[in-house]
Amino acid sequence: MTRSPILPFLPFRIFPEQASTLAPRTDHLLYFLLGTSAFMSVLIAALIVWFSIRYRRRPGNEVAIQIEGSNKLEIFWTVTPLIVFMVAYAWGASVYFYAYTPPPDALQVYGVGKQWMWKFQHLSGQREINDLHVPVGRAVRVLLTSQDVIHSFFVPDFRVKQDALPGRYTEAWFEATEAGTFHLFCAEYCGTLHSHMIGSVVAMEPAAFEQWLAGGATLSPAQRGQKLFQDLGCNTCHRSDTLARGPDLVGLFGKSVRLQGGGVVTADEAYIRESILDPAAKVVDGFQPIMPTFSGLVSEEGIIDLIEYVKSLQGEEKPGP
Amino acid sequence: MTAAPVIIAPEVEENYLNVRYGVRSWLLTKDHKRIALLYLMAITGAFFVGGFFALGVRLELLTPAGDLLRAETFNKFFSMHGIIMVFFFLIPSIPTVLGNFLLPLMIGARDVAFPRLNLASWYIYMIGAGFLSYTIVAGGVDTGWTFYTPFSTIYSTTNVITAALGIFIVGFSSILTGLNFIVTTHKMRAPGLTWFRLPLFVWSLYATSIIQVLATPVLGITMALVGLERTLRVGIFDPSLGGDPVLFQHLFWFYSHPAVYIMILPGMGVVSELVPTFARKRIFGYTYVAYASVAIAFLGFLVWGHHIFVAGQSMYASLVFSMLSYLVAVPSAIKVFNWTATLYKGSIRLTTPMLYALGFIGLFTMGGLTGLFLAALGIDIHVQDTYFIVAHFHYIMVGGMVMAYLGGMHFWWPKISGRMYPEAWGRMSAIIIFLGFNLTFFPQFVLGYLGMPRRYWSYPDEFQVLNVLSTAGASILGVGYLLPMTYLLWSLRYGAHAPANPWQATGLEWQIPSPPPEHNFERTPVVTRPPYDYPGPEESRG
Repeated sequence: MTRSPILPFLPFRIFPEQASTLAPRTDHLLYFLLGTSAFMSVLIAALIVWFSIRYRRRPGNEVAIQIEGSNKLEIFWTVTPLIVFMVAYAWGASVYFYAYTPPPDALQVYGVGKQWMWKFQHLSGQREINDLHVPVGRAVRVLLTSQDVIHSFFVPDFRVKQDALPGRYTEAWFEATEAGTFHLFCAEYCGTLHSHMIGSVVAMEPAAFEQWLAGGATLSPAQRGQKLFQDLGCNTCHRSDTLARGPDLVGLFGKSVRLQGGGVVTADEAYIRESILDPAAKVVDGFQPIMPTFSGLVSEEGIIDLIEYVKSLQGEEKPGP
Repeated sequence: MTAAPVIIAPEVEENYLNVRYGVRSWLLTKDHKRIALLYLMAITGAFFVGGFFALGVRLELLTPAGDLLRAETFNKFFSMHGIIMVFFFLIPSIPTVLGNFLLPLMIGARDVAFPRLNLASWYIYMIGAGFLSYTIVAGGVDTGWTFYTPFSTIYSTTNVITAALGIFIVGFSSILTGLNFIVTTHKMRAPGLTWFRLPLFVWSLYATSIIQVLATPVLGITMALVGLERTLRVGIFDPSLGGDPVLFQHLFWFYSHPAVYIMILPGMGVVSELVPTFARKRIFGYTYVAYASVAIAFLGFLVWGHHIFVAGQSMYASLVFSMLSYLVAVPSAIKVFNWTATLYKGSIRLTTPMLYALGFIGLFTMGGLTGLFLAALGIDIHVQDTYFIVAHFHYIMVGGMVMAYLGGMHFWWPKISGRMYPEAWGRMSAIIIFLGFNLTFFPQFVLGYLGMPRRYWSYPDEFQVLNVLSTAGASILGVGYLLPMTYLLWSLRYGAHAPANPWQATGLEWQIPSPPPEHNFERTPVVTRPPYDYPGPEESRG
């Protein structure tokens, strides 16, 4: 289980596993920083020790040689660190871009944090608490939110972390490179049992994952969303015929929407979520702000189901205007 | 407060300690030196209370299971530890004790510009400390020192309001001290004491004061908003009321990142005094060290966003904050190089204060370098909110700031108390603290990269070895801190009488008796020479 690139002979682990495509990228930058930092620390420490011995006060060295300074040296030790810093900066930025730019074909999972558990929703219908099953060798995008306070989705062996915020979606993604069970932690302090908000990410070979995914699946979120859409009466306004008082949702997802009073917004998960909870915030051009809020009437899981239902309405492509 | 008579031997001439007696003469004093001692007692109390909570945290973490304290209690312990140490010890420590005592002495003044305001600042501090003490007695607060919303505003059931009020109030003490120091530095300098003849400690206090005046109001506003949201549900931070929880983090770190420099800049100032004194040498690159303080104060305002790289901040904002965070590291690096270069061809004595100063340089270097890890966006994703962060800021604040504070306390102790401390005990304690500190916090870097999140009451078994090392180090560190506390008190009665200038230092504070007379200087000194004007066989340019 342990594959520690640093000091592998120690009887206890000092380095996390490299179990995602991100992990080696993060670690290579770490090695660069460790190398330069160790060099600097040793240099400073050696100089201090050497000077303290060589120039200690003793007979024959009662007075110092007074040196005011040196502009050349000052420029040297301003510019040199700056160059090294900029290398670290650019390198760090490139890893960050990689870590926060999920590939478009990533497998999507919803994650909801609440005091003190993680709830995950697969699109095929599987739900999990504190465990997250994922396939090896495929990018997984986790769309995160929180039901109460701020939590943080942290998988050390993947080098992945993203806060889960109440009231909005954030996203994390990773691609596991080896099968295994990895720690999932909540990294943002969230109250009394913060340290019990832990679970596992179980990375499985694709075939095993498919099998797992098929077992025990009930309704998919989109199917549950369709039912909820009717139960909440959404379909009385959001319809394609002339009685529609709200925008037709077919083919909506991922499109640009023109808003009342100018402005354009992309109809993504965050926009749909906002429109359910705060409908007056961004009203589609040509419609009245008559929709009531569903805040408090529908849970975070329900919102996920509704979003997935709206997404599933992509099929019937309508002719353009 | 009534320790004053103990210090006085009959043959000693009149000084600020023996000129008046009694509790009233202390509680109503306008003498900056006596106010410094009032602060010294207050923040020493805060340090040991904060240390008690740290002890509880480290003992709980000795074993993976949450067994010694209950989860609620553990959360309160680390919260109280952070709140007390940051707001009631680290931020006031050097400015209010050493700064208050030394600023007028170093610039040849009789007192600070506003002596009454100075005393008022202490009372404001004590009122804030009163609210915090009430908070502790009433059961504590469990939000962490960071008060993140909406946990602090809606979900926590502990004493958030009184804790926030204590911080709100103590902030005014900080603002007024900063204001006092800025005016004092501008208006009260002795004739001939131009800006570039000022001791570097004064430069660093000046830079610190600017941050205190400009940044602290934002903290006050933020704490007030937390209180308002908790009581009146105003909906600033809670998304269910239409607020934005990340807004709190922006506001909080807009103060609290500059606050890191409030804590470290005065420490850098102390080290800039100690190194030249014990190398008997002018500081290398005086103007660069001086301007580096100002650059840090300025750039320190522009990096708050590096605390929220994984909190849902825009990727492009993170790019800017990361770059600026690297820039702020440059002036710190400049200081380290200049201190090191000052040792070259010096005449070095490894006294207790010098050991602390050299320890500071080493630990601050490590703290600063690990800051570069955190400024790297890709690394920060992984180590944010882990023990790596905890180790990093303890290297800066404890390894850096507390080492400098203790170095300064030993250096100026003869001036403050009129007594010498026992040198052998001093050196031994400095070494114990250095070793204990590293054993406590170095394993935490490893622990953090391994993945242990901070603020965990229980943890998986694989983290135990490193936690045991850390707790072992903390117990050594605890002993290390009790030693100076003990022998410095001992020296008040039994220490040798201090001469005016036991270190043959050049500062104006050393040209008057130890302890100083009530009004510092009999005649206002006229300054004709640069600082650190130590003798040398010949002048030379490097």
